[in-house]
Amino acid sequence: MDNESQYSGYSYKSSHSRSSRKHRDRRDRHRSKSRDSSSRGDKSVTIQTPGEPLLDAESTRGDDRDDNWGETTTVVTGTSEHSISNEDLTRVTKDLEESTPLECKRFVGPALGGCLSFFALVTPLAFLILPQVLWRDALEPCGTPCEGLYVSLAFKLLVLLISSWALFLRPPRATLPRFFVFRCLLMVLVFLFVASYWLFYGVRVLEPREKDYRGIVEYAASLVDALLFIQYLALVLLEVRHLQPAFCLKVVRSTDGASRFYNVGHLSIQRAAVWVLDRYYSDFPVYNPALLNLPKSILSKKMTGFKVYSLDENTTNNSTGQSRAMIAAAARRRDNSHNEFYYEEAEMDRRIRKRKARLVVAVEEAFTHIKRLHEDEVASSPKHPREVMDPREAAQAIFAPMARAMQKYLRTTRQQAFHSMESILTHLQFCITHNMTPKAFLERYLGPGPTMQYQQQSGRGRQWTLVSEEPVTSALRQGLVFSLRRLDFSLVVTVTPLPFLRLGEEFIDPKSHKFVMRLQSETSV
Amino acid sequence: MSFVPGQPVTAVVQRIEIQKLRQGNNLILGFSIGGGIDQDPGQNPFSEDKTDKGIYVTRITPGGPADVAGLMMGDKIMQVNGWDMTMVTHDKARKRLTKKNEDVVRLLVTRKSLEEAVKHSMGTYHKQ
Repeated sequence: MDNESQYSGYSYKSSHSRSSRKHRDRRDRHRSKSRDSSSRGDKSVTIQTPGEPLLDAESTRGDDRDDNWGETTTVVTGTSEHSISNEDLTRVTKDLEESTPLECKRFVGPALGGCLSFFALVTPLAFLILPQVLWRDALEPCGTPCEGLYVSLAFKLLVLLISSWALFLRPPRATLPRFFVFRCLLMVLVFLFVASYWLFYGVRVLEPREKDYRGIVEYAASLVDALLFIQYLALVLLEVRHLQPAFCLKVVRSTDGASRFYNVGHLSIQRAAVWVLDRYYSDFPVYNPALLNLPKSILSKKMTGFKVYSLDENTTNNSTGQSRAMIAAAARRRDNSHNEFYYEEAEMDRRIRKRKARLVVAVEEAFTHIKRLHEDEVASSPKHPREVMDPREAAQAIFAPMARAMQKYLRTTRQQAFHSMESILTHLQFCITHNMTPKAFLERYLGPGPTMQYQQQSGRGRQWTLVSEEPVTSALRQGLVFSLRRLDFSLVVTVTPLPFLRLGEEFIDPKSHKFVMRLQSETSV
Repeated sequence: MSFVPGQPVTAVVQRIEIQKLRQGNNLILGFSIGGGIDQDPGQNPFSEDKTDKGIYVTRITPGGPADVAGLMMGDKIMQVNGWDMTMVTHDKARKRLTKKNEDVVRLLVTRKSLEEAVKHSMGTYHKQ
């Protein structure tokens, strides 16, 4: 995001009073409607949103405007023209990007694997059935031993089926940029196996119309054994090998420095990336772009440094010498911005605590207005006719007194982009239904939760780019660094091996724990 | 007054001669001792080095024989009648001081102010 021009946009808009905002809106609407996310000048673009009710569309702009939905119950209609700021714009483009048409590439791998395994499972049955169908009369009768083989074959096939369902028929969680080496290896192995068995079968059994049926049944049983062993290999390679921890990954988010350490086993870079992203969504606090920047008052002081204007034509040597002198002079000037930063931070903390106190009190009071109606209380109506509400109505009833405090708190902690009025009402309804206390209701708003909490369930998935200097199918090793990039931030991952542990032994006899008092006697002589 | 194990200990000492006083059946000296190799050296308030397990004078009865002879509180007793007191147990020290057949004990004691005095006098000597 372009920080500097965003500031200019804020200062431009927030310096105006409320009455002139109407004129500003009308002016904005007349500007050309373009979905240009890299608009350089004024950052406000008029756009027609397709039915998503954006709560209080100007809520991301500055602190000095009054709140709308706190005091009056506004109904936010869907298809109306709003003027939104750049942040909303990037959010919309991100959502649009994620609702790209369904990628067929996602399902090619599983489909191929499914076909291959179906083929492999059907093969033994085919081996058994084909002779019966084609040359049944010429076959030697095969009594008890064959039946025993049938039973074992059936059970082995059943086990294969169930374990294939358990292990491989799970929906894939990620599409990897390159081939997943182990999976490809296994699919090639299965294919070669089955193909060679078919080849042998075709040449030795179908051609000469082999009469020894028992041999054919044994052949089919050996194929099923081989398939079971390949499945064991698959289990070990795909599921078990990476369970023993071998490396420690440090994951740092590039924008705000949130970091975590994870222990992983032997994986390739792309699989490790998927592993890290799984944990990113539930461990890392959500990325809040509004919290990144230093307050304007501090940065603006820094930015008014010396400006160097060079007016003569041949500027090569002179300007560099001059600018260096200017920079040195600027550095020697006493810089008090750290002081202001400290006081600004303290002031912000105090403000947040004050708003939080108001919010907690308001919510506590609001929750005392309703209580749950038990079934046996329904009958006692004539004295106090009470209106019976369902959770949604109850939530709406008690939302009004706390709405203002909630909105002020969210704006102070810059979280208003993550919580719309609708989402707050839904959460309130949820808490009322499950008998939660006000504190449990507020847990969601008092701290930045993990990113999973704010995700909408979209079937398209999230787009991440894996940036790495090594090929992504190579295994993890010491000193490797790769990063996972998204639109506006990236996660940088560093790999270090876990230390080798030399564990020694020391035996302590339980009877050896003995104690004495410390002596300090004084004798008079 | 720290020591290095195995190396000889050097200290500036003062010779103090105490006449034992007869009180009834006992011969008393009029002071109390603390310390010893079987005691906890960390509790010693008079020692500079808290690992010093020597015998220290912890209390002096005012007007008693030790006070008269010039013993001071906090002194470390190095020798009693020629017997070494730097590496003895507390009980051994007590026994050496309270032998019934001796009337007089000659102590070699050391204290910090002795060192200072010697240094001061040597300094004035050097200035000359």
